[in-house]
Amino acid sequence: MDPVLIVQVALVVVVFQALLLSAAGMVWAERKVSARLQQRFGPTLTGPAGLLQPFADVFKLFFKEELKPKAADSVLFYLAPIISATTAFLAFCVVPFGPPTTLFGLLDRPVMLTVADVNVAVLVIFAVASMGVYGIVLAGWSSNNKYSLLGGLRASAQMISYELSYGMALAAVLVLGNSLSLVELVNAQSGYWFGFIPKWFVFLQPVGFFIFMTAGVAETNRAPFDFPEAEQELVAGYHTEYSSMSFALFFLAEYVNMVTVSAVATNLYLGGWHGPVLPPWLGILWWFAKLSALLFFYLWLRWTLPRYRYDTLMQFGWKFLLPLSVLNLLATAAGVLYFGI
Amino acid sequence: MGFETIGFYVLGALAVAASLGVIGQRNPIYSVMLLIGSFGALAGLYILLDSPFTAVTQIIVYAGAIMVLFLFVVMLLNVPREDAAEWDRSHPLNRPGARRLGAALAVFLVLELGWAVWHISTREAVAFKDISSGGISSVAALGRSIFTDYAFQFEATSILILAAMVGAVVLARKEQE
Amino acid sequence: MDVTLNHYLVLSAILFAIGTAGVFLRRNVITLLLSIEIMLNAVNLTFVAAGRQFAAVDGQVIVFFVMTVAAAEAAVGLAIVIALFRHRESLNPEAFTSLKW
Repeated sequence: MDPVLIVQVALVVVVFQALLLSAAGMVWAERKVSARLQQRFGPTLTGPAGLLQPFADVFKLFFKEELKPKAADSVLFYLAPIISATTAFLAFCVVPFGPPTTLFGLLDRPVMLTVADVNVAVLVIFAVASMGVYGIVLAGWSSNNKYSLLGGLRASAQMISYELSYGMALAAVLVLGNSLSLVELVNAQSGYWFGFIPKWFVFLQPVGFFIFMTAGVAETNRAPFDFPEAEQELVAGYHTEYSSMSFALFFLAEYVNMVTVSAVATNLYLGGWHGPVLPPWLGILWWFAKLSALLFFYLWLRWTLPRYRYDTLMQFGWKFLLPLSVLNLLATAAGVLYFGI
Repeated sequence: MGFETIGFYVLGALAVAASLGVIGQRNPIYSVMLLIGSFGALAGLYILLDSPFTAVTQIIVYAGAIMVLFLFVVMLLNVPREDAAEWDRSHPLNRPGARRLGAALAVFLVLELGWAVWHISTREAVAFKDISSGGISSVAALGRSIFTDYAFQFEATSILILAAMVGAVVLARKEQE
Repeated sequence: MDVTLNHYLVLSAILFAIGTAGVFLRRNVITLLLSIEIMLNAVNLTFVAAGRQFAAVDGQVIVFFVMTVAAAEAAVGLAIVIALFRHRESLNPEAFTSLKW
């Protein structure tokens, strides 16, 4: 068998496991960061520094009873968490996370560090993200519970509204990089201006980066935009009626979505695996450092800012973020045309 | 059989089965979900036809936007399942004349489809052109065509969208006292 | 036997027939709109397959326009459905036969 093929199959397994582990890691980090921000310690008993806490949680969920409300729609009730988790994992498969490597000369030709190098990768991520709405909406509807329904309706309205700004921010980067492939977009960010400022798109697109991250937080339903689950108003929103592993799937989907949005932001705005100091073959370290910084930003945001009000959220999305993203796209296109980047 | 042939038959069967499910369903929310499945199968067929951009737009626009709108309306109205008894009572096809005409048309439609299937199995078919050099799967070529050859049509659709947006808002708005 | 344009045309014809049957058989305005979407998609498939056959992008361009029209149609159609449902509490098209109420 061709060793390159084996490596590519192995990559699929590794990425899948890494995503699962990253969700566990994020749960631990979330508890630790929130604890530190509130002058507490967080989990300390399970393993060193509480590192095994997420695994303990998973075991607990495994052995819980799977409950289903009597009046729930049984097919859609079980389908919804599966859709959520599947779309979350699917989006990551077109995200590259390192420079092409030969594994220290083991392979005769370099392998791209991504599950699938698609030439319309950016659009695929956008398409898969737009399918993620269904998991939440169906969960809300099929539970036959008014809080769940409200959560589901809020989620769909919020995700559709913010998807527009998200797409417009992406479009500006595509204009700059002149490609739809994530690998080419990352490679367009190699090199330096004046010999020391790295050519990352975040310096050309500060407004675009702000829009992307804001819309990304809204897309993943994280605080301060966590209206679909807003526990003080809606009990737990769309997953009120879920228990055991079905609930775990929603939980998993939320964290994997955070990782995906941060990974896409790393690739589109922060230059992916390109960075100063480290040699190119260690670029993967840069990639993980940037990803971790963005993920920490996510947690920091959640435990610092209070929740918006729903109508202010919609106003912010439609009356501020969307016009801003359109202006940003127009300005970018004009700049590209004028300077001929 | 090559990969493309298997892909065509599997995706085609999925699309037909899901579409049959859409119209054979009394619960509208299942109809919407099955139609999304059918769109997914069609997107797969577009990829087999070397049109990845159209495939992805199919998912973004149809599955991601239009169907969410349908789902939203079904949920908002809390649409009841279609009632079989009401169907028997009120369907225009239950009037004797209409029923005969409808049956005749349905038979004609099925015959026509059968004729088409029989024809492709007997006629020599022209294979698809070789387009390994790129061409139609390139997004750049598509964009160039839309913004040059079809610029007028493109502008016309933007007016259509604007009109539809205003119309939708006016129609769905609650009348103020 | 390789897949040719004919195969795609037949598949598209079958889908279109299903959509047509849906429009005639169903008594629920939302399902009628869904059946129209099936028909539009059957036509899209024809355009993409024909574009592939003649190695031209025009087929995909037209699909792009069909999608725009479908989005506009769905938005207006669903707005009408909401307005009608508010008046009649029913989605059966037979309930909407009077011009003014």
